[in-house]
Formats: sequence, C-alpha cells, structure tokens
Amino acid sequence: MGGGPVGWETVIGLETHVQLRTASKMFCGCSAAFGAAPNTHVCPVCLGLPGALPVPNGGALKLAVRAALALGCTVHAKSVFARKNYFYPDLPKGYQISQYEQPLATNGSLSFLSPERGLVTATIVRLHVEEDAGKSLHDRFPKATAVDLNRAGVPLIEIVTGPDFRSPQEARAYLQTLKQVLEYIGISDCDMEKGSLRVDANVSVRRPGDGALGTKTEVKNINSFAYVEKALGVERDRQVALLEGGSAVAQQTMLYDSKDNAVRAQRSKEESHDYRYFPEPDLPPLVLTDEFVAEQQALLPELPAAKRERFVAQYALSREHAAVLTASRAVADYYESVVHAGAEPRAAANWVMTEVLADANDHQEQLRVSPAALSQLIALVKGGTLSNQAAKRVFVEVAGGRGGDPRTVAEALGVIQVADSSVMAGWVTEVLGAHATEVTRYKKGETKLMAFFVGQVMRKSNGKADPKLAQRVLEEKLS
Amino acid sequence: MSDAKAVADRLGKVKRLNALLTPATELRKSLVAQAAAARATGVLYGMPVALKDNICTLEFTTTCGSKILEGYRSPFEATVVTKLKAAGALIAGKTNCDEFAMGSSTEHSAYGRVMHPLDKARVPGGSSGGSAALVAAGAVPAALGSDTGGSVRQPASFCGVVGIKPTYGRVSRYGLVAFGSSLDQIGVFGRSVHDAARVLSVISGRDPRDATCEDRDPLRLPTVPESLQGFVIGLPREYFPSDLDPAVRRACDRAVRLMKEQGAAVREVSLPHTSYAVPTYYVLAPAEASSNLARYDGVRYGPRFDGAPVDIRALYRATRGAGFGPEVRRRILVGTYVLSAGYYDAYYRRAQQTRALIVQDFRNAFDRGVDLLFTPTTPSPAFKAGEKLADPVSMYLSDIFTVTANLAGLPALSLPIGRVKGLPIGGQLIGQAFLEDELLEAAYALERVVPATEEP
Repeated sequence: MGGGPVGWETVIGLETHVQLRTASKMFCGCSAAFGAAPNTHVCPVCLGLPGALPVPNGGALKLAVRAALALGCTVHAKSVFARKNYFYPDLPKGYQISQYEQPLATNGSLSFLSPERGLVTATIVRLHVEEDAGKSLHDRFPKATAVDLNRAGVPLIEIVTGPDFRSPQEARAYLQTLKQVLEYIGISDCDMEKGSLRVDANVSVRRPGDGALGTKTEVKNINSFAYVEKALGVERDRQVALLEGGSAVAQQTMLYDSKDNAVRAQRSKEESHDYRYFPEPDLPPLVLTDEFVAEQQALLPELPAAKRERFVAQYALSREHAAVLTASRAVADYYESVVHAGAEPRAAANWVMTEVLADANDHQEQLRVSPAALSQLIALVKGGTLSNQAAKRVFVEVAGGRGGDPRTVAEALGVIQVADSSVMAGWVTEVLGAHATEVTRYKKGETKLMAFFVGQVMRKSNGKADPKLAQRVLEEKLS
Repeated sequence: MSDAKAVADRLGKVKRLNALLTPATELRKSLVAQAAAARATGVLYGMPVALKDNICTLEFTTTCGSKILEGYRSPFEATVVTKLKAAGALIAGKTNCDEFAMGSSTEHSAYGRVMHPLDKARVPGGSSGGSAALVAAGAVPAALGSDTGGSVRQPASFCGVVGIKPTYGRVSRYGLVAFGSSLDQIGVFGRSVHDAARVLSVISGRDPRDATCEDRDPLRLPTVPESLQGFVIGLPREYFPSDLDPAVRRACDRAVRLMKEQGAAVREVSLPHTSYAVPTYYVLAPAEASSNLARYDGVRYGPRFDGAPVDIRALYRATRGAGFGPEVRRRILVGTYVLSAGYYDAYYRRAQQTRALIVQDFRNAFDRGVDLLFTPTTPSPAFKAGEKLADPVSMYLSDIFTVTANLAGLPALSLPIGRVKGLPIGGQLIGQAFLEDELLEAAYALERVVPATEEP
C-alpha cells in the first residue's frame, strides 16, 4: 500500500511537540518570543540559578487545555508535574519539567483523511505540558558549542498517538490535520521551521496479519513537513532490508539527515537511557476545576471537521470544495463574510478557491480584497454589469489597492458591459464582415463557431460586451 | 538597637568558631552601609540577623559550604532577605554549614568545621551549625538556617538556643538553594522564643515566586500565655526509647512535669511508623538532591575543575568530582540509584508510601485531641568532632526525632530544657500545620519555667 514494500506492513506512532503561543515562558515571566539576540530572554528561573523556583504560567495552561479539548481528550482534574533528569549544556537545571505518570489529558482522538484508507481515526494516547530546553549551536564557533537559553522554559505540549499510522503518507496526513486543528484554535503558530512544531516518530514493520508489533525505532530530527514522509520512508525501507536480509531491527534512536536523505543511529553516548522521572517537588499538583475546563471549552471555535460538514450542508458545496474553503480558519471566515455580505454561496466559493487563494498565495497569505468588495464584484457579474473576464481584471486592480471599490475600478478600466443592442449590433456587423469564411462555414452547419464569434465580439469591445447579448445578436444576424 | 560597628565587633570576637564565612572587613563595610539605609520604622530595625550560606544574598557570596560554588554571587536575593531588610534588619553575614545542608555536625563544609561554642572539641550540630553557634555565642540575637531533616532544631538543641522550623509552605523558599525541595524550610534561631518568633513573623507569608508557599498572611505573634491550661500535650512513646541518653530522658521528664504544673494535660500517644522515618528520609531527600544538584556542572557558573575538557562528559566528571565533597557525592549516588529504572518502585515509590503513613500517624494523634507533641530534639547532647564522620548511618541517626516533622510538613521547635556536664539538651514541640501560634504559646510557657542551664 502507498508504494510501500510488498509483503510488509508499516506501523508508525507520532510524538508531536507544539510550542504554545504565549507571551511569556512556562515557569517565569521571560518573553517566549522567537528570534531575539542569544541569551537576552533569560532570568534566574529559566537559567536554573541556585535558589530560583518555577511558577506555572496560567495562560499556557489554558492553551494546553484547549488543545486537549479540541482533540477530544479527557482533561484530568489533577495532574502532576515531573522532572525528567538528564545532563546537557542547554538544559540549565539538569532536568526538564514535564509530566509523566499523571499527564494533563489522555484518551483523545483525531480523524484524518488517509491517502490509502479514507477517513482514519488516530488515538491520542496522552497530551502533557512541559518546558522546552535551550539550544546548542555547534556551528557558531570553531571547536566550541555555544548555548542559547532564550528557548529554555518556553511552554510546550507533547501529543502522543497510538501506533495508528500504516504509511509515511498517513503520518503526514495526520500531522497536517493536527496542525490545522491547532492553528484553528490559535494555540500555536505550528511553524516547523521555527521549531514550534516538532515531530518524533516510532517506526516498526511487520508481516500483514501479525498481531504483535515489530521492534520499533525512534526517528528524530525531522525538521520540516516535507521530510516527514522521506524520513519515515527511509527508516521503513531500512528495517525491511534488515529483516529480509535475515537480521533483526535493534531498538534505538535514529537521526534523520535531510542532506543525505538517510538515517543514522544515535551514538549511545548521546542517548539518555534513564530519565529518572519523579514528581516535581517545587510545584504542587495541577488542579483544574470543572469551571476552568468548561471556560476553555466555551472558548473553542468551530473545529475544521465540523465547519466542513456545515459548509456542505449550509452552502450546498461539494465535500472537496468545503475542504478547500475550511483548510484554514482565516479563509473559512473570509468565505463566510463574503456570503454574509450578500454573495451567492457557490459563486463566492468559486471566487475564493480561484482568484482569492491564488492572490493570497502570491502575497504572503494575505486576503487583500475585502469580503464586501468581493461580494460587490460577484453581484456586478451576476447583474450583467461585468463579464467574468472583466471581473477578474477588476479583482487584480482592487487587490493591488488601486482605485477604490469594484464599480469605480471597473468604470475606470472601461469594462462595464454594454447592454445597448444598437452598439452591440455595430460590433457584430464588424466582426461578421471581417470573418466571411467563418460565416460561410457557420451557415453550412458548423454552429460550434458561435463561440469564436462571441470571442471576437468580446475582443472588439475590449471586454465590455455582455456575452449573452452578443450571442443573441449574432444568432439573429446569422439566421 | 545596636550600631553597625558594634555588631561587627561582636562577630569578630567569635572568629575562632569558624561560624562565619563572610570576611570581617567586607562584613563591617556592608553593615555600615546597611545600617545607613535601614528603615527606622521596621519592626526589626537594627537587629542583626546572620544567614546560613545557602540563602541567596546580593551583598555576599552564596557558597552553600561547597567548593563548587566558591565565589558565587547570586544576581538576586531570597524573598526572606528582602523581607528582613524591609523590616529594618541588618544582614550580618553568611554562616558556615554542611555542604548543601547535608550533614548533622557542620563538619562537611568545604570551608572547615564549626566549633561548638562551649567546647571546641565538639560539633555544634548541623547542618545550620554556623548560625546556631553564632546565636549561642551571643554574637547575634537571631540567625536563619534551613531545616530539611532537623538542620535547625538539632544544632539549636546542641548549642542551647531556640530553633524553629515552620510549617512547610509558611516561609518562601525562593532564594533558598534547594537540597530536598519537598522537605526544605527556612527556619530561625533565637536566643529566646520571642526573638525567634519575631523574625519568623517577618519572613513568613505568601510569595508569588514560590508555588509551594501558602497564600497566607504573615504569622501573627501570640501573647505569652498565663498558663498551659487547656493544652493537651502528647508524648509519642516511640520518641522515648529504652536506650535514650539518661540525661536527655531526665531533662524531658522535668520539662513534662513543669508543663503539667502549668495546667497542661499530658498523655502518651503512639506514632507507630516512626521507625521508618529515617530510612524514608534517606531515600527521598537524596532523590530530590540528586536532581537539585544536577545544575552544578561547571557550564554556566562556579569553577570548572578541568582546564581543557575534551568533551562535555569529561567536564561534568571533573567539575562534579572535585567540586562536591564526599557526603554530597554519597547522597547524589544514593538519590540517583533510588530513582533509577528498576529500583524506583522498591525505593522511591515505597518511601513516598511510607511518608504518607507517617503523615497519617500525626493526623491520628491530633485527631484524638492532642494539640502538640513533646519529644527530645536529639538522642544525645553534642558529640565530639570526628566521632561520627566514619559512620554515616550513626550520623544520620542524630536526626531520628526531627525528620518526622519534615516528612509531615509540620511546624516544630527546639528549646533548651537543661544541661548535662555543661552541654545543652533540647526539647522539641511539634505542632499542627499552620498553627505556629499554639506552638509558640506552649514554648513561651515552658521557656518561662524551665531551668535551661541546670542539670535535670
């Protein structure tokens, strides 16, 4: 399946780290913003100085709970922070504050469209809150590692799935769906390049029909969406080759190298075998009241799947079109604004899916034409004032910010459709006079030439002709 | 109260104790500057308070008695320091202690042992031995220590002063360098119950920087009661074993008689899980310590003990191997072991379960109408330097009567109740959580009548 090796089934589970969109860090007041000069967003707490203590960021907890609710998890009234102990220069306390035996939330699910199996529901085993480590920069200074602690203490959630994916393509599809949900609820910018969404994968293979899972490896260092499929495919193929060659898969951590499109085993020195988790004594158990959880639930917007279904029902759109329009919350909201401004839903859908998205694609995802303007433009087409072709020109002008509302722009461009039949008759006469051969052929039965004549009239009129009127006049003259 | 130079002179006179780590000239200069800036309206105006060297100060280095923090100057000060200053107190230097508060004799300091003020061949107790010795020697009226398993009460008992460990969460730990975070509380030494209580009142209360500090107003000082009428004092039989030092037993008996004479009802109670307290403590405290002390790796601050590290592991090994003393290394090893995969359930988890049983023991006693418990603070008076160094377990057993209050998070206080061959004996009162006022009332009443410097 999915172009995978014949006779093998791939089993993948994902652990996704998502940076929460907060102003400050998880356990101190330092800015969580990305991209500042190294070691400028630091304080005694996130530097792990002797005597400093963590205090949980209430805002981060709200976002984490919203994510858990959006993924259908059970949010626990009591969860416990735990220390994950290991030594590394970018981990200032020598431990990371995370959650272990009692996570914030468990037992959720997320349905996504598998390219091979249709709609598949992945299990969200757990979702917990933790702090990020700093960053080690190995290429900044010769023969030395530099440490930037701006990221140390930035709030994260970790979302762990069951072994529910059967191909790298499915893993990617799940991730895209997850990203869409998290962006919808606004808890993260989910930017893989900035590291605000990071993925580790557990990969194993087995013979189809085998009940037990094969030995798994953990694949790390997958730095962009594009590499998810590649990295997992490479690891799957490596395991299959091992097993087919009669060897066994060793349980280990594999690092993906995007330059070579290859994985290599992490040196055992780099691996921490035993994190010695224990409850964080500096933080009391995290107790969430029913009211708090209910408030977060109330703050959740309509989620992508629900919105898609509603668009199908409410606007009589196809499922595919609804999916395109709900791919991002911004586009979905835009579409609905256009409809609310009076545009016919299907016409609005066509415009948004073509002109609007193309323009956004070229302009950093900005939706440059206001919903009111687009609605007006659609009305001008519907009322026969503008041809589709002319309307597209007007859209480009309005998007570029030139010349005000669509009607004004259309007037300035001189593309208002002419519905005056005497003017039309003049253009038609000219066109027929210039194409005597085609007129003869038409009269002999080549009626498909009508489209050609209409096109010529449109050209003659600089797009101002109403094509329907042009056709009627042409039919009269040619009969 | 006392002017800055006089304070510095008094501290200079007890130099032989090795109780103070701050150099005399630096301290004198700082005291003069502090006195000039001190708030005259503060309730502790002009009162010198010495601080154990694991409490962060801007004025002085904070070494925790360790080589690994030699010369370390904190960029922030502990909440208790800010509160003391706001009350007009003078920070009278940093006191010597067992390294990272691990020890019961103040012999485990990288900066040399502290002498007992009454007998230099003996230890002042620990780990807050420097603070206890300074108060006992009359150099300061009060000092702060930290108490994880008895590190305020045990040296208070050995040195013949009052030592209070408040309820866990009564005083902010922000700026107290962590040893066993679930057990650590900053405590106070005073020449009298009143001195200690005044300082405790100032440093207590909520702190948004410490999530384990209760959201409560500062402790209000109780008045000295007329009598102990209405108090029910429990005597836990497990704290009076048959092999208890006879002088300690006699001193306790006398104190009990005096409390009865003042109207207290006294009754024997049982805390059946007491014998598990020391082993429980010596699993949990090292476990937390092994994690708390991971940050001392030579990467960001403190000395590095390897000139040209070839790799990061070598740097860690060299720095931590040379920077920590043997007792700290021992506890890090024990703590790492009990948290390791395969041992966690047998040690750490079991110890947590036992801790819950010890907590329940106290709850049962208090539920049966007992207001306070009275026990000896230590099994014997101050021992000789070197006597227990070779045998860590015998050293650990000097905390046998004090660790329970830490495990249960309860307030407890040691006060002098007599002497044997010139050496002080301490009696311990253990109270209910956040009822320090009752604890202090009983202590006031006992202090008033007990002949603290006389043989029982």
